Amino acid sequence: MSVQAPPAPTGTPKREVGTRRAVAALLRKELLVELRTLESVPAMSLFAVTTFVVFHFALNRGSVEGDLAAGILWVTLLFAAILGVNRLFVADAEQGGFDAFLLAPVDRSALLIAKLVTLLAYLVVLELVAVPAFSLLLLGSSLGAALPDLLAPLALADVGVAVIGTLVAALAVRTRARDLLGPLLALPLFVPIVIGAARASAPLLASAHPSGIAARWLLTLGLYDLVFGLIVYALFQRYIVLGASRAAVR
Amino acid sequence: MAVLQVEGLARRYGERTALAGVSLELEPGRTLVVFGPNGAGKTTLLRVLASLLRPHAGNIRVLGCELPKESWAVRGRVGLLGHDPLLYRELSAEENLRFHARLHGVGEQRVRRLLEAVAIDRRADEPLRTLSRGMVQRVAIARAVLHDPELLLLDEPYANLDPAAVELVAPLIGAESGRTRVICSHDPSGGLADADLVLGLRAGRTALLEAAADVAADDVTELYR
Repeated sequence: MSVQAPPAPTGTPKREVGTRRAVAALLRKELLVELRTLESVPAMSLFAVTTFVVFHFALNRGSVEGDLAAGILWVTLLFAAILGVNRLFVADAEQGGFDAFLLAPVDRSALLIAKLVTLLAYLVVLELVAVPAFSLLLLGSSLGAALPDLLAPLALADVGVAVIGTLVAALAVRTRARDLLGPLLALPLFVPIVIGAARASAPLLASAHPSGIAARWLLTLGLYDLVFGLIVYALFQRYIVLGASRAAVR
Repeated sequence: MAVLQVEGLARRYGERTALAGVSLELEPGRTLVVFGPNGAGKTTLLRVLASLLRPHAGNIRVLGCELPKESWAVRGRVGLLGHDPLLYRELSAEENLRFHARLHGVGEQRVRRLLEAVAIDRRADEPLRTLSRGMVQRVAIARAVLHDPELLLLDEPYANLDPAAVELVAPLIGAESGRTRVICSHDPSGGLADADLVLGLRAGRTALLEAAADVAADDVTELYR
């Protein structure tokens, strides 16, 4: 076979690829891998729906509301999220994606951002399935009127779960006991998110006297997201670059 | 200026010494072939030179950059072909190469040309898990040279390749590529034919460091006894 060889190396220093382009490349790859394997999102969604079915029969009552409804919703969503967190870096660790990324002239934070956005996307899809299922199986009344207000705690909790989940997944994936270590590390850190999200959304799920959203719990969730966002950014940089990044030289 | 300047390189894994006191120098366009039995430290040496592992001692300069301090400046200039292909099994050859091309800021045209160069273009759309090991190795070779690296680090690059495939990839990773190369090999005759400089490792220490012209196949075989 006669093929023309690519030109010999030029020896010119390589230009760093912009973070935005690197994130876009990583995101595209993440979504392609998930579409091919269907390992995370279907498992998360199925887990949530199955849990609501179990609650529906186990509680043996027509409907739930208020604190109980909020507790069931958020605990189920967080456990379902753990399934996605556990799988987040598995393909990279098992198939050399970490090494390939570290060999590329891209900012290390691109991986953090891409994984965070990926997990966030998984959570949004999970909630598109789980929230209607929750309404159908466990709420007596329709969720329709409360839904616009419920979007704020959902969004803030998703950001918190994605931030913490990405860090935990990155730490756990290199250990042999990652399936155990992931939940053990993540669940204590998720507790403030459960509390904040459940307290913020409980008034919305009270059928008798539905009242407005608890703003101070939304603020708490927002602050938690911000603080953990900064912590995770610092830890992830240090962890993923093996202490040998550009930051070490500056 | 030498592409590789290594002086007193040491690397441990816990208590176990993987490399100790390794020193060498390699000029541009030359080929260093590393021989040694399993566990001698060949792969560790490649990973340190690729900036994927921190050395525990020694002065290492790759492409004029001091490691690990300036490893960010080396990235994108080194091509690594290890035991793992660094490719996603669920993606096709083309999707894998496009992903790496985007990470390295390389145009899509080069992806097509490399797929043709390694004769994978007809099966470029199939998931990697459906390809044979030899085909995956060819895609991995295309991935390693995708960004036109100045230095190639190759760990048994011809593993799983049939003679026709070895000829096929020669313009990319062979001597005719014009690249500076570090090759780990277990094949004394083939390795010596490729080498300008020979490094023999035994238990992480230098057992042989000579110009290839001064090394006989028996000297290499002796490393494995």
